[in-house]
Amino acid sequence: MEKLLHLLENDATLTHKELALMLSKEEGDIKSMIRQLEKDGVILGYKAIVDWDKTEKETVTALIEVKVMPQRDDGFDKIAEKIQNYPEIKGLYLMSGGFDFTVLIEGKTMKEVAYFVARKLAPIEFVTATATHFVLKTYKYNGVIYNSPKKDLRESDGI
Amino acid sequence: MIDHELMLSDTLKYIKPSGIRKFFDLLADMGDVTALTVGQPDFVTPWHIREAAIQSLERGHTYYTSNSGLPELRAEICSYMKRRFDLDYTPGEALITVGGSEAIDVAVRSLVNPGDEVIIPMPSFVCYEPIARMAGAVPVIINTKAENGFKLTANELRAAITPKTKLLVLPFPNNPTGAILEREELQAIAEVLRGTNIAILSDEIYAELTYGKRHVSIASIEGMRERTIIASGFSKAYAMTGWRLGYLLGPAPWIKQMTKLHQYAIMCAPTVSQFAAVEALKNGDDDIAGMAAEYNRRRVFITEGLREIGIEVMEPQGAFYIYPYIGGFGLSSEEFCQRLLMEEKCAIVPGTAFGECGEGYARISYAYSVRHIEEALEKIKRFVDKLK
Ligand SMILES: Cc1ncc(COP(=O)(O)O)c(C=O)c1O
Repeated sequence: MEKLLHLLENDATLTHKELALMLSKEEGDIKSMIRQLEKDGVILGYKAIVDWDKTEKETVTALIEVKVMPQRDDGFDKIAEKIQNYPEIKGLYLMSGGFDFTVLIEGKTMKEVAYFVARKLAPIEFVTATATHFVLKTYKYNGVIYNSPKKDLRESDGI
Repeated sequence: MIDHELMLSDTLKYIKPSGIRKFFDLLADMGDVTALTVGQPDFVTPWHIREAAIQSLERGHTYYTSNSGLPELRAEICSYMKRRFDLDYTPGEALITVGGSEAIDVAVRSLVNPGDEVIIPMPSFVCYEPIARMAGAVPVIINTKAENGFKLTANELRAAITPKTKLLVLPFPNNPTGAILEREELQAIAEVLRGTNIAILSDEIYAELTYGKRHVSIASIEGMRERTIIASGFSKAYAMTGWRLGYLLGPAPWIKQMTKLHQYAIMCAPTVSQFAAVEALKNGDDDIAGMAAEYNRRRVFITEGLREIGIEVMEPQGAFYIYPYIGGFGLSSEEFCQRLLMEEKCAIVPGTAFGECGEGYARISYAYSVRHIEEALEKIKRFVDKLK
């Protein structure tokens, strides 16, 4: 199960047949295992990893530290529910340490992101402070190194 | 004027350059070729192994090691052999070499006298015959047959043995055919050798790359360990071709003499690579498994792909090559490969590079991404459709 998840996390385009082969299992077993994992919400989706910097599209990404008033019980979850539904927000984490939430946000321009923070995020109830950090360059994300050489480095074929 | 040619060793002059090389020289000048020619993994050496090498440099391990190699590495190799192949060796029965290549060279040169016969099953890796010749030995070629799945059979071996036979090279899992020898087949071969004074050089560099069945070493067959020298290395299993590291395992009296030759010719294998190899053996079992699973996926993909195109091919059981029959199109292997290269910009190696018996066949390496293999298959299909 764990191996199957690792393989899929690494390459979601693997077919049932290929997975069966790599895990020495029957194709049908793989199919039903994946179905179950999807049903159980262990597998939540399948996406391509896009390096938008290599396209015409202008995007900026920012990491926002959010501080909120101290909360009891499910207080943090309630605040998270208010934040998480904005489509601009790509990631949301409850943190230990000096602040409470990390918000990962994507926008067209820095201005747009700044407006979003000021107009949408900061006014949310219990939010006491935000600090926005813009991403300047992505080296690695989701286990993928963005500018690793695509060229075949094998100079010689051996003999 | 000195005649440089005249001054060279006669034996060396009559050794042909590798047929694989010849083909690559053609390839080198063409841009944008989809090649399936490479005999090395496409993976980069796992990071923890590279890191161990870097750390060894940081700590100043920039000296020679002992001639036979780091004691820790030899001990790790022994425990690895036990763990993976149920073979019992002690560090005194191990010699660390500069790749499987040097291991083969040292083993052959240490075992043969001029005039001795060395039995070499072909098609196989290209180095055995020239190395045997340089040692003054007489190569005796056994052409393995397609109908036997390119396995060496006991009968073929029996027929090749003469009173002069000194050494049998056992190149399985096989480059280029992907054939492996299973326990019963090894037992039959062992039966032929039992009671003779014939030594075995078992080239097990692809031992980790078998699919479905674990590799069995001839040394684990009763009565064979005492006459077997195993040549292996890190190049294929750990994706470490550039590190140039391999080893020999065999009876202590042999290893002692082989170490002497290695000492005079090489001194010791690269120290930094030896430190990397210790890490590979200690923490690399998962890396091997991951890469082998990926090769397996490609293996099935390419076998089916070739068959769909209408090319006859045996399903390879080991290494990362497939060896299809391309003789049915009215072209020689070399013509087929050359025209495929010129007309479709797709490169594969003519079987004749691995012995005359390779006529009619080609070696295709699947040490490439599935996408790359897919692209190559499209080109091969277009080419073959033209020929039909
Ligand atoms: C069958 C076989 N043996 C030995 C070698 C030598 O490998 P290395 O010297 O890199 O260990 C190769 C490399 O292609 C091979 O295919």
